[in-house]
Amino acid sequence: MSTNARYVAVIPAYNESQTLRGVIQSIQTEAPEFDIVVVDDGSTDRSAQIAQRAGVAVLRHPFNLGIGGAVQSGFQYAQENGYDFMAQVDGDGQHRADQLRVLIASMSDDPSIDMVCGSRFLTDSGYPAPISRRTGIHLFSQLLSRIVGQRVSDPTSGFRLYNRRAINLFARDYPHDYPEVEAVLMVHWHRLRMREVPVQMLQRGGGVSSIRSGKSIYYMIKVLLAIFIGMARARPVPEPGEEAPVAAAHGI
Amino acid sequence: MEQRIQVVAVIGSALLLLVILELVRRRRLLERYALLWLFSAVVLLGLAIWDELLSEVASSIGVATPVNALFFVAFGFVLVLLLHFSLAVSRMADQTKVLAQRLALLEQRQRHADAPGQPDYEAATASERAELERAGRLG
Repeated sequence: MSTNARYVAVIPAYNESQTLRGVIQSIQTEAPEFDIVVVDDGSTDRSAQIAQRAGVAVLRHPFNLGIGGAVQSGFQYAQENGYDFMAQVDGDGQHRADQLRVLIASMSDDPSIDMVCGSRFLTDSGYPAPISRRTGIHLFSQLLSRIVGQRVSDPTSGFRLYNRRAINLFARDYPHDYPEVEAVLMVHWHRLRMREVPVQMLQRGGGVSSIRSGKSIYYMIKVLLAIFIGMARARPVPEPGEEAPVAAAHGI
Repeated sequence: MEQRIQVVAVIGSALLLLVILELVRRRRLLERYALLWLFSAVVLLGLAIWDELLSEVASSIGVATPVNALFFVAFGFVLVLLLHFSLAVSRMADQTKVLAQRLALLEQRQRHADAPGQPDYEAATASERAELERAGRLG
């Protein structure tokens, strides 16, 4: 990795005004090599203004697209502006900026790695996940590990670092609703390489998880469906220049 | 088929056909979405008028009462139409997402070109603007 590689941290934010300033400041102090872009996904609070005041780039969606659409805008920004590496950091303060070093170190360690995921479960990181969520994560973890043929201990973690190849892939096609699990599969299908590293995480500082407990069953069924449909698809995503996989590209 | 139900079926499907044609004529309904509707209405009208054909259809699919075959065919069209619209809605949702993302990127680029390194003035709320002006950063 050359020393003048360019890094961008993408913070998807939907009504995160409680925590956003702190997240931005901690990246600015702990990981100053990162440029920051906040994707304001149609927030109704002052998230966008807070980000603008902090002097970082802000992408404002005219309405809420969901976490998948927000992160994908981040990939598109990284691609258009020629960044070499993109980190994804939640706006709720559960990801620690100082742990970005861990991700970067892992990626520089092996240049063939396209995506590094921060995992809460590789060591006892003291992350107090509720038992219901742990069960769901464990199920996905078992299933995904079997499909992709490598251990994936924390498939729902959104604390990730991507290189240019992964940025290009996900700028083109990124899953919609609960994208982290499916993104692991996409990396596998496209013969990119991923690796997990143990990281420390905090309890979320505010806001609500996109995975609420009442919705967790629905979430699990939906992701399972996405996994199985994805496996059945002959060619999940076309290469650039071909027809997009999305409905948008087709006439009816 | 009993005569009364035949009359009802003929009138019903003829009305449907007329309404669809009128909507297309007034450009309230795009041809692309009208085609399937037109086809459904024409087939239903045809089966309602020509009851020998309907009896044939009924016996070939194993329905005892011909009028039930009419319901069966109509229900089939309803399912196909619904699926058609689900496809259309999915496509539009995806197009909307792409547009929103493009818009966000272009707006950011525009703001950056207007005032590089500055918090965005245009997108700020009125109270934000006052604050920014007080701070003398953009005033």
